[in-house]
Amino acid sequence: MSEQVPAIEVDGLTRTFKVRRRGSLLRDVVTAVDDMSFTVQRGESVGYIGANGAGKSTTIKMLIGILVPSNGSARTCGLDPLQQRRRLARRIGVVFGQRSQLWWDLPVRESFAILGEIHRLPKAVARQRTEQLSEQLDMGEYWNTPVRQLSLGQRMRAEIGAALLHSPELLILDEPTIGLDVLSKQRLREFLIAERAEHGTTLLLTTHDMGDIERLCQRVLVVDHGRLAYDGSLPGLAATVDTRRILQIDLAEPTADLTGLGTATHLDSKGDGLRQRLAFDPKRVTVPQVLAEVSARAEVRDLSIEEPGIEEVVRKLYARRVP
Amino acid sequence: MPSAIRPWFRLLRASFAAQTRYLPAALGGLIANLTFGFLKAAVLFATVRAAGGEVGGYDLATMSSYVWLSQALLGTVNLGADSDLADRVRTGDIAIDFARPLDVQTSYLAVDLGRSFFALGPRAIPLILLGALTTGIAFAPPAGVLLGLVAVALAAVLSFLGRYAVNILGLWLVETRGVRTLYMLVSSFLAGLFVPVPLFPDWLKMLANATPFPSLLQTPIDVLSGKVSGAAALLAVLWQVFWIVVVGAAGQLLTRRGRLKLEVQGG
Repeated sequence: MSEQVPAIEVDGLTRTFKVRRRGSLLRDVVTAVDDMSFTVQRGESVGYIGANGAGKSTTIKMLIGILVPSNGSARTCGLDPLQQRRRLARRIGVVFGQRSQLWWDLPVRESFAILGEIHRLPKAVARQRTEQLSEQLDMGEYWNTPVRQLSLGQRMRAEIGAALLHSPELLILDEPTIGLDVLSKQRLREFLIAERAEHGTTLLLTTHDMGDIERLCQRVLVVDHGRLAYDGSLPGLAATVDTRRILQIDLAEPTADLTGLGTATHLDSKGDGLRQRLAFDPKRVTVPQVLAEVSARAEVRDLSIEEPGIEEVVRKLYARRVP
Repeated sequence: MPSAIRPWFRLLRASFAAQTRYLPAALGGLIANLTFGFLKAAVLFATVRAAGGEVGGYDLATMSSYVWLSQALLGTVNLGADSDLADRVRTGDIAIDFARPLDVQTSYLAVDLGRSFFALGPRAIPLILLGALTTGIAFAPPAGVLLGLVAVALAAVLSFLGRYAVNILGLWLVETRGVRTLYMLVSSFLAGLFVPVPLFPDWLKMLANATPFPSLLQTPIDVLSGKVSGAAALLAVLWQVFWIVVVGAAGQLLTRRGRLKLEVQGG
């Protein structure tokens, strides 16, 4: 394939669903994806974000040929996903965070062996790639364990390894970090960064986790109600919306509202000021700086940081755009 | 192993291996098959005796062979209405199958055959031994048994293809339970599970023989036991092949048409 063919080309892509109205024979038409157009070049790393039901999964299903567009077209790796489904399947790797492509009753090792055959990898290539993935994703400890006995974190590493076994040129991850603990998320992200650095794999990622986007994606597509609401860099997105973070602090004793801080803005207080919420701009100040300023005024017992969720970012994006 | 069919062979082997985990279930199946075997033997032997020692071409010895072979093959030839695939359509996991570079019908066939062949061990062989030791089983001469084994394998393939065609209707129907139950009733009756097909009244015999169902059970039993032999046996096996082509093509067609209207459920 020539370098000029984009990894993903979507033009006027539209998908409607008929939904039966409750208690009626009438059907409503719901537009899940609405006249969407974008291109992802080879080697790009794109975060595809939006609220639940915004149309993310619907788009992905059309990109891999398991859903027919109502209108418009999608080309993936230069192929027609519907007509050339099997050829396309050899060139892409897909992970649906909520579903498993592994064989439930069989050891992880056996799933990789089967996938190697399915993708018709030469034996030596399959062995070498399997060893490499097993090591990088730290699967050794559960390599002989049946899939149904794995923890979510272990299974997700195995899923991503399985999707990468045939060294696909495009990796599509649908909510890969959902339900994972902080450490597992971190390890997965580091692996994906290293994998992309080595193989130049194009990445399309849907997530609800801003951390995924920050660490993994150079470009962000925001979809809202089936339409593309933003296409650009993450800093660009941050610049268009308020991405302040919220610091919640628990203080040793009731304290007056912490107003007039240089590093953060007071939002609200609870329990006579025992718990207070402050907003700060992560681009300007760090958490220790805020903490230092607060500590000068009151004794801090505990603290937590709220990341702005994707929904929040999208909501703010829309609040700004609607006049 | 020609490389073209290696992925399917691998799936078959893996599915066979996975079955070892379900050995207790196989044992349960064996006990059920055995119990119903004695029940069937009691009723059908009484029928033969009441008819004066022969009915529809069956005497006590050939009826005994029919009873035990039909029970023995039940683990391998699935006349039921499993819902593995329909469940995957309902939950949306079918998306995973369509995202693989493999034909969905034939890859499921490989998995199902792994299960079918495994059942020969814990279910078919013990039942044949028990049947032979109790009321007896007559077998065809070696060439007939060999052809009978081919008929068993073809019946296993055909049984899968029929269930697949019913399950894939899930692409149109959200709930397939009704269709599957109906299929199970019709297929087990017309296959000759409860009463051998030659004992059916003429009109029902004609109806049954116009369907693929007798090829599932009656044919392998007849060929294995030598009730049908020579050219007639060969013809019966070719008739199985004919149905495999027809039912298999129907499944392919349904898959292709259904894929275009597939609305993968759930995120």
